[in-house]
Amino acid sequence: MDETTVISCTVNGEAVEEIVPARLNLVDFLREKLDLTGSHVGCEHGVCGACTVRLDGVIVRGCLTLAAQVNGATIETIEGVTATGEVADLQEAFLARNAAQCGFCTPGMVMSAAELLTVNPDAGRAEIRDFLSGNYCRCTGYQAIIDAVETTLAGRKNGGSTT
Amino acid sequence: MTAPDNNEGGLSVLDRPNSYIGRTVPRPNAKRLIAGRGTFVDDIKLPRMLHLAFLRSPYAHAKIEGIDSDEAKSMPGVIGVFTGKDLIDHCTSWQGVLTHLAGLKSAPQSALAVEKASWQGEAVVAVVATSRALAEDAIEHIIVDFKDLPVVLDMETALDPATPVIHPELGDNLTWTREVVGGDVEAAFSNATHIVEETFRFSRHTGVTLEPRGLVADFDPVERKMTVYHSGQAPHMMQAIFAKHVDLPEADVRVICKDIGGSFGIKVHTYGDEMATVAIAKILGRPVKFIADRVESFTADIHSRDHKVTARMAVDAEGKILGYELDDLTGVGPYSMYPRTSAIEANQVISLSGGQYDFENYRAKATVVYQNKAMMCQYRAVGHPIATAVSEGMADLAAAATGLDPLEFRRRNLVADDAYPKTSAAGAPMDDLSHHACLDKMVTMMDYDAVRADRTAARAQGKIRGIGFASFIEVGSPSPLFYGTGGARISAQDGATLRLEPQGTVTVSIGVTEQGQGTEAIIAQIAATAVGVAIENVRVKTGDTDNSPYGGGTWGSRGAGIGGEATLQAGKVLRQNILHVAGAVLQTGPDTLDILDGAVVDKQGGAERITLADLGAQVHFRTGELPNDLQPEFVATQHYRVKGQPFVLTNGIQASYLDIDPETGGVTLLKHWVVEDCGTVINPQLVDEQIRGGVVQGIGGVLFEECLYDEDGNFISATMADYLVPMAAEMPDIEIAHVETPTSTSELGAKGAGEAGTGGAPAAIMNAVNDALAPHKARVTTHPITPERVLRALGVI
Repeated sequence: MDETTVISCTVNGEAVEEIVPARLNLVDFLREKLDLTGSHVGCEHGVCGACTVRLDGVIVRGCLTLAAQVNGATIETIEGVTATGEVADLQEAFLARNAAQCGFCTPGMVMSAAELLTVNPDAGRAEIRDFLSGNYCRCTGYQAIIDAVETTLAGRKNGGSTT
Repeated sequence: MTAPDNNEGGLSVLDRPNSYIGRTVPRPNAKRLIAGRGTFVDDIKLPRMLHLAFLRSPYAHAKIEGIDSDEAKSMPGVIGVFTGKDLIDHCTSWQGVLTHLAGLKSAPQSALAVEKASWQGEAVVAVVATSRALAEDAIEHIIVDFKDLPVVLDMETALDPATPVIHPELGDNLTWTREVVGGDVEAAFSNATHIVEETFRFSRHTGVTLEPRGLVADFDPVERKMTVYHSGQAPHMMQAIFAKHVDLPEADVRVICKDIGGSFGIKVHTYGDEMATVAIAKILGRPVKFIADRVESFTADIHSRDHKVTARMAVDAEGKILGYELDDLTGVGPYSMYPRTSAIEANQVISLSGGQYDFENYRAKATVVYQNKAMMCQYRAVGHPIATAVSEGMADLAAAATGLDPLEFRRRNLVADDAYPKTSAAGAPMDDLSHHACLDKMVTMMDYDAVRADRTAARAQGKIRGIGFASFIEVGSPSPLFYGTGGARISAQDGATLRLEPQGTVTVSIGVTEQGQGTEAIIAQIAATAVGVAIENVRVKTGDTDNSPYGGGTWGSRGAGIGGEATLQAGKVLRQNILHVAGAVLQTGPDTLDILDGAVVDKQGGAERITLADLGAQVHFRTGELPNDLQPEFVATQHYRVKGQPFVLTNGIQASYLDIDPETGGVTLLKHWVVEDCGTVINPQLVDEQIRGGVVQGIGGVLFEECLYDEDGNFISATMADYLVPMAAEMPDIEIAHVETPTSTSELGAKGAGEAGTGGAPAAIMNAVNDALAPHKARVTTHPITPERVLRALGVI
């Protein structure tokens, strides 16, 4: 049998305690143990960004983080940031600009873009493109995503943000 | 021209008041995807569900002399282990041939390899366990006695007598060959002022859907019904295939496609691992899930391209094309893919090359061969990236030989916009195209003179900068002549059923499917327009064989052209049905009434008479108030197929502007422009985003993506770290404009929009690269145009 460990953590504001196999990665933990299926598995070696989640306030690859590592940590997923309304303006911009097609990369893209919105509120197009280069999208060609993030940044600068 | 709708007093149905045609409206399903609330197949959990993992061949070609799985069977969580021989009686074999592709031959293929594996990544043993991890653990304990066989990799030597034959029963490694001849090529070349020649190579690449292939197969052994949740594009096609090969009536197989994480033609084929999953679910009587991991996607998904094309073009002193000939060689892996076959891409290349130009004398030959690499089949823009890159590469060479600007050369040779209908030199029927209008619009949109001046200034400062163009045609809305005629159970027809619900909303069930293109949005727009309701009051249901009219699904740029027209016609019938009942209720002639924004109104004056909600309630719940001789029918179904033509062509032109770094050989894309004619534009935003996404997939093919094999047939770029796809930072902004020439084959007039971006971008970028390199006496005609290939062309390395 798998070696297991017990972890306690906060996921989207809720206290969670689970027995997890030592080899289980964070995104599989979120998807399989907690049914938080908004985070997706695209490559399992840290390249595509579909599994991007927030760990103690910073985005990480859910496939390169072990569940056993998040004992005591705070985790936020697309479900969590949607529920709090933190990224409502960004999601509205994605919808208006059709910045999601198949939607498989989108949760990870939103998580990464949400970080950019806070760490670099003055980002221009080239910086947005650079920042999001760790999240692959095969459908859109990226331009609509860059537009949506640019619109959100401008909206927040103009005082439209509630965060 | 769009046919007039008799019910609109001379107005087209598309011009009805409150029409949604031509308007950008948000996609109804996008909101939940953006909130992470989609349902992709790996999100599905069923009671007692098991998980499958595959032992795949590490060899490109090896005999299977024995399989020892005793230890694996006793591993924790393992429910069963199945070899190819175990599944023979549970899943019949298949052959990827079509009768109308004369001479096409392929060996029988099974769900799992039986006697031998024929490419690295072919599934050999299936392990079923209570979790994927435990199934993978057990695979480590299976010993397969593989005996190396000689590998056939190089398509250029595949037919040499000294090369081993992969399937001895076929006699040789030839899959298919065809020659197309039009006019008198010899005479054309003998009369030429200039003859240009070139060889182009297109490496293998693959679709890399961000969601890998996957399915959950759920067999109920009591009712003997199979439900398959499938990440796929064509639920009815898969229903027929699953039913046939695991021996169930089609009516007892239900295929459900929920949210699909990208498809691009990858998810419209028959894969052994998926067939094994369905067969094993039937054997076990329990739900079984298989989700390909990324390495499995690279090695077992279909690949595309892998062509070598030699071409010659003859022009007169004025730069008019006199003759064109090409020879296309392509390698397709060890089997022809089922059921669409692996001959279609080469057939497209020889059928479509040069179709944008007006010339008479043409000869093209396709040779398709087997090799021990992953299987090859139809991926987005099938054949078009090759046909367009070769034709447009030759056009630029011919322009240079005659001393013409590339756009002037195109002006002299593109088929005139008033020349249709016409048949191309290759014999392809063409209609409703607009090459010159698109070219003129491109010149204005990009400000060609300004870009040329900018290039001159940049070159003066030492930049290696270039401009490239590609005029193109693109096939969409395939007719039954594509597959059905050849014996495949693939529908070229789709149906739409529209239903007026008691609250006055409209529910659409339709065969075309959604993988992110916005199918549900455009179908809702068309239904809302045709019936006369607000788009918020339309619901679209698709992707479920139990609940959709029979249809082909979404591929071949057919969603808008075929599904859209079926919806339009069904909407018109439903509107007439509603007005018939309303006329009886209101005691007036139905032809004096119309439906606008959810209410029956007087056609003259527009005064509201009764809302659809009130009418719905009366018809459904107070039927006694209706005359006895009136039976309301608030459901209407119409089907549509393209008739009398093999397909509906679209056209357009793309332009690329780029820099080449003389030290690294890297290409920086400065700007990309597209003028596209996809007929009636239903939703401008969705069309533009289809084009942008398509262009970027084309950019991937021409600059980055390459399935690399070593000399033993090992696939050495089979991870996302090694196989490069376009990233946000490398992509240019893409400017788009439209010319709208509705197709005369339908009332809606919409053509396809999903593939042309991918078909044209590689040609435009290759031409821009070679324009940039021209002053340096260098050329690159091998895709992808990697930094190494550029540096070699420049003589730096």
